[in-house]
Amino acid sequence: MNGYNFAYLDEQTKRMIRRAILKAVAIPGHQVPFGSREMPLPYGWGTGGIQVTASVLGANDTLKVIDQGADDTTNAVSIRRFFARTAGVATTTHTAEATVIQTRHRIPEHPLREDQILVYQVPQPEPLFKLEPSRAEARRMHGLAEYGLMHVKLYEDITRYGHVSISYDYPVMVGGRYLMSPSPIPAFDNPKMHMMPALQLFGAGREKRIYAIPPYTRVESLDFEDHPFRATRAPHACGLCGAEDSYLDEVVTDDKGGRLFVCSDTDHCETRRADGHTGTELAA
Amino acid sequence: MTDETLLSARNLNLHFGAVPALVNVNADLWPGEVLAIVGESGSGKTTLLNVLSGRMAPQSGTVWYRDSEGVQSDVHAMSAPSLRALHRSDWGFVHQNPRDNLRMGVSAGGNVGERLMAQGSRHYGSIREEAIRWLAQVEIDEARVDDLPRTFSGGMLQRLQIARTLVTHPRLVFMDEPTGGLDVSVQARLLDLIRTLVRRLGIAVVLVTHDLAVARLLAHRVMVMQRGVVVETGLTDQVLDDPQHPYTQLLVSSVLAA
Amino acid sequence: MIMLETENLSKTFLLHLQGGVRIDVLSGVDFHVSAGECVALTGPSGAGKTTLLRSLYGNYRAAGGAIRVRHEGRMVDIVTASPRLVVEVRDRTLGYVSQFLRVVPRVSALDIVADAARGLSPDEARVKAAELLRRLHIPTRLHGLPPATFSGGEQQRINLARGFIGSHPILLLDEPTASLDNANRDIVIEMIREARASGKAIIGIFHDTHVRDATADRVFHVSPLQDAA
Repeated sequence: MNGYNFAYLDEQTKRMIRRAILKAVAIPGHQVPFGSREMPLPYGWGTGGIQVTASVLGANDTLKVIDQGADDTTNAVSIRRFFARTAGVATTTHTAEATVIQTRHRIPEHPLREDQILVYQVPQPEPLFKLEPSRAEARRMHGLAEYGLMHVKLYEDITRYGHVSISYDYPVMVGGRYLMSPSPIPAFDNPKMHMMPALQLFGAGREKRIYAIPPYTRVESLDFEDHPFRATRAPHACGLCGAEDSYLDEVVTDDKGGRLFVCSDTDHCETRRADGHTGTELAA
Repeated sequence: MTDETLLSARNLNLHFGAVPALVNVNADLWPGEVLAIVGESGSGKTTLLNVLSGRMAPQSGTVWYRDSEGVQSDVHAMSAPSLRALHRSDWGFVHQNPRDNLRMGVSAGGNVGERLMAQGSRHYGSIREEAIRWLAQVEIDEARVDDLPRTFSGGMLQRLQIARTLVTHPRLVFMDEPTGGLDVSVQARLLDLIRTLVRRLGIAVVLVTHDLAVARLLAHRVMVMQRGVVVETGLTDQVLDDPQHPYTQLLVSSVLAA
Repeated sequence: MIMLETENLSKTFLLHLQGGVRIDVLSGVDFHVSAGECVALTGPSGAGKTTLLRSLYGNYRAAGGAIRVRHEGRMVDIVTASPRLVVEVRDRTLGYVSQFLRVVPRVSALDIVADAARGLSPDEARVKAAELLRRLHIPTRLHGLPPATFSGGEQQRINLARGFIGSHPILLLDEPTASLDNANRDIVIEMIREARASGKAIIGIFHDTHVRDATADRVFHVSPLQDAA
């Protein structure tokens, strides 16, 4: 293991983080402060997610790391290799085979199970960050469950645009009590959090906060009765596998305006293609 | 506390160091009544307003509030969440500077609707309609419902603050110099509006003002304060037309007629 | 039936700003008025007629004695009543027509009068207010205007309309015809007589002896306590 403790962090740190995680699980959606450590990569690159993963990882776990749905981006690859080196755990790109999945800004398309843990990388844990400049007042609002301000923001969106304009990091109410930022996942992914069988952990390294959603917890996206929440996606099929219900990335293919829509979740797309599904791009 | 009062205070004392802000102050307010607290700077009138509304704690003395079910509570013994909830529903507070109580980056409709949303309203259409209705009540053109308060004049901002405060039909509204800083013509319109709304809705009001004319126009009763002491209290026209206390006589005689 | 009576009423002004000068205006006043009766207060200028009237209304605070008003069947002492009760008495029982109209900015003449009506819907009140104003020769085209720029006589007539529109059983009138021409004066005399005939108790200060003789059943003389300088 090259002289590192298992999963890089020392045992005392992991203990501290696990205590924070326990608190977070006990109060779903509530942000728990923790002593975020200096990691071998700067703030803004996933240090929170990495610390949470490091604290829950065991020798027998299988780890998957995705970045905007893809296993093969530079960051996903680096983080996966980091844990392979410092923890010696098995790694995979297949959602169904993983026991711990660390993700940046997406939830896998394949439904998760009770024996899996999903770890989200969170840049800004405070859902009221842009609405209430005072941190103290924001904490008071959480403490007193005074969330009128967030509804005002949604009201303003509908007034200005005719619909809520939030397309990612769409605020949710957890367990009917805490307002939570789900991290910058697309609004499309929000419904997956509701009553998910897997444990969902959220780590913000720079902001030094951890929060959690225990399995089978109510997670509801904020909306109005006459403007209900809609999970929106690009109205296309994946050009590679033909999926019509997965979240799509838009890829610019040439300088003549050519576009290709493909599944953002690379494992999902590959698996479908292996099963024989094809999209228009491959069929052509 | 008698059977009928909405708000009662007994033996309020508060000193800022050696400076007396409240000295054995008693006050009562009945439902639907407008009580003016008048005095010059340093009289303690704003301190009294803040203590009555729970925003500032007295060093001794008690303030009781009787809610719509007749349940009496000690305002300063209430939990913070209860007091905040009270301020959002049954109570209102109109600040001298409307910007202190408005979200300048949120539309007029959003400002008025916020209290409704804070109370659990979740229907966009009805919130907006209610907001428009209230804007009409305070004589703000319906067409401005989506405009930002940044584009409003001082008088409009104050009227918007009033709409925002009254939208939850509070039983008791505290007002701190609501017409202070406004042009005279604007003041007249605002005073008339306050007078009409208060009477029509049967709201009890505790109004702090240094302007005796405002007290005469709006209040049933008036309390005159000087350096933390209530020197005289009674029927507004009686206190202003037949002042008994030397300080009241001084105040009344100092007012310039237009 | 006695509607209002005073017992040993006294009124003193203590002017703290003038070195504590004490001015006794009323002393030992025993006075009463019954339903359907009009009593005129007489006496030289400065004797205390207006002081007495204002004291009856609770506008001045009596120094001693009692002022009992029959309010909804029971006698209420204005001197000791709580401010809240005085407001109630003024609202339903005791009306006052002062010499000067206190103008509320922006409120039209019609609404100033209609405001004082009791027991009528807002529309009914405005109809009745318009009638009264027209009777007092305030033309319809002026009804919608705030009276700040009206003449003294016009303002006085609005005051009168305001006083007579309510259903107060007791009316206090302070120089009701002071700024009026003869034609309007006669209308006011008519209105006072009608009120008296309908059972109201009226106490008035009438500078004009013709008006006094035409409306009052008896007079009550107020003598000055201080010697004229």
